[in-house]
Amino acid sequence: MMTRSARTRAMTLSLYAVFLAIVIAFALVADWGAIKHNFFLTEGFTGNWRDMVFVGVKNTILYTIVAFVGGFVLAVILVLMKLAPIAPFRWLAIAYIELFRGLPALVVIIFMGLGVPIAFGWRPPGGTVGAGLIALMMVAGAYMAETLRAGIEAVPKGQNEAARSLGMNARWTMASIVMPQALRIVIPPLTNELVILLKDTSLLFVIGLAANEKELTTLARDFMSSGPSAGTATSLMFAALLYLAITLPLTRLVAWMESKQKRSR
Amino acid sequence: MEQLNPHQELDRAAPAIEVRDLHKSFGDNEVLTGIDFHVNRGEVVCVIGPSGSGKSTLLRCVNRLEEPTSGKILVEGIDITDPDTELDAVRSRIGMVFQQFNLFPHMTALRNLTIAQQRAKKRGRAEAEKIARENLAKVGLADKEAAYPAHLSGGQQQRVAIARALSMNPDMMLFDEPTSALDPELVGDVLDVMRKLAHEGMTMMVVTHEMGFAREVGDKLVFMDGGVIVEEGDPTEVLTNPQHRRTQAFLSKVL
Repeated sequence: MMTRSARTRAMTLSLYAVFLAIVIAFALVADWGAIKHNFFLTEGFTGNWRDMVFVGVKNTILYTIVAFVGGFVLAVILVLMKLAPIAPFRWLAIAYIELFRGLPALVVIIFMGLGVPIAFGWRPPGGTVGAGLIALMMVAGAYMAETLRAGIEAVPKGQNEAARSLGMNARWTMASIVMPQALRIVIPPLTNELVILLKDTSLLFVIGLAANEKELTTLARDFMSSGPSAGTATSLMFAALLYLAITLPLTRLVAWMESKQKRSR
Repeated sequence: MEQLNPHQELDRAAPAIEVRDLHKSFGDNEVLTGIDFHVNRGEVVCVIGPSGSGKSTLLRCVNRLEEPTSGKILVEGIDITDPDTELDAVRSRIGMVFQQFNLFPHMTALRNLTIAQQRAKKRGRAEAEKIARENLAKVGLADKEAAYPAHLSGGQQQRVAIARALSMNPDMMLFDEPTSALDPELVGDVLDVMRKLAHEGMTMMVVTHEMGFAREVGDKLVFMDGGVIVEEGDPTEVLTNPQHRRTQAFLSKVL
């Protein structure tokens, strides 16, 4: 008979052994040459990196910032409407938020980028990209409004009561007491929204972007059929690494901020 | 017939607080069932009673943090249940101190004291800061003006909260169990400040469990139970010789 601790040790060792066996089997079976050629072709990196960074990454970040700022402004308006004493304002905000959280972002982007121009002959400012960004803003605004509302509701009721009991009116109370505290609470979840938005800019691929408007995914798709790594998925792998280079630090930042908030509480 | 004009000027002869036949329900739960009550100018009235007796609700109705279901509440003769009353203006004359202090955590002690002066009383920054410093000194915390609430003890936070209310130059102060959230060794400092205020002639309504304070400082003691005022009178008289059975039962548990 084995002792209890010996049994635990044997179990742990066998799990390590299984893991090692899987890794070795994968390494032996995999066609490393094909992987290298199809996903990590050196010419794909050396030849495309200027366009990938100075056009793709630049536009991806630009679109993310524009959609985030626009979405945030929209979210503030929506949340103030949702908390308004006038019922129709609340209904409108609720309807908007539920609608745009319930729709796939892709549907909204196609609708704004292709549907609206065809239906009304109306071109949004900035052309097709502008339409796509408006769609991203509309969707992001709905999500951020809910995040903001949660932040406002997380501010203790006593804060509002203290401000009102000092004779501050509802607007000043919101602006100088509740909102600053709510914003501090929602910085981590808003950063998460930023990461999601950054990834969602890749959806703009579907509406067709001009050469200098291309974001990272569109550009990577182009380089799968043109340029030095044409016929391979190297550019897609390149784009993936560039996305991760931006998103991973941001998600780590969120984790750090959350643990800091938890400690200060 | 008495005239009830919502726009009337302060009536200096009227009681500081006058409550007439006040009812307050939360849904089906009637918390106050007909309260008649007044606090005269310069008086310290302490309200005691078991939890759930409605004493905090009564206090919170006086500056309409709770909306009365029916009845009248006059503050210095002004009917605050009238929808035409400028509630913010009335509130800025009624200081309120909460059990949980409710300091603004994102502001320094000094800013906690100046923000409402500037936003509600439209005082300039220099004037607001001067008044704030005087009041911090008054509660013994002149050296803490740059501290954030999180770096102050509970007793210090409550004294800052009192100073914050005083910075609006209120005509009266409401205290909602101001020492109930404090560690026992910190209660004394807060009571000292309240005692000082009472001696300066501040009108005070204090919901409290501090029987010693009520006896020593209070001009009147009110015992509430089940949403009504069961007994009221001279604090020493009520505490040593309660007339009502419910008062006797309550006091036998807490004294």
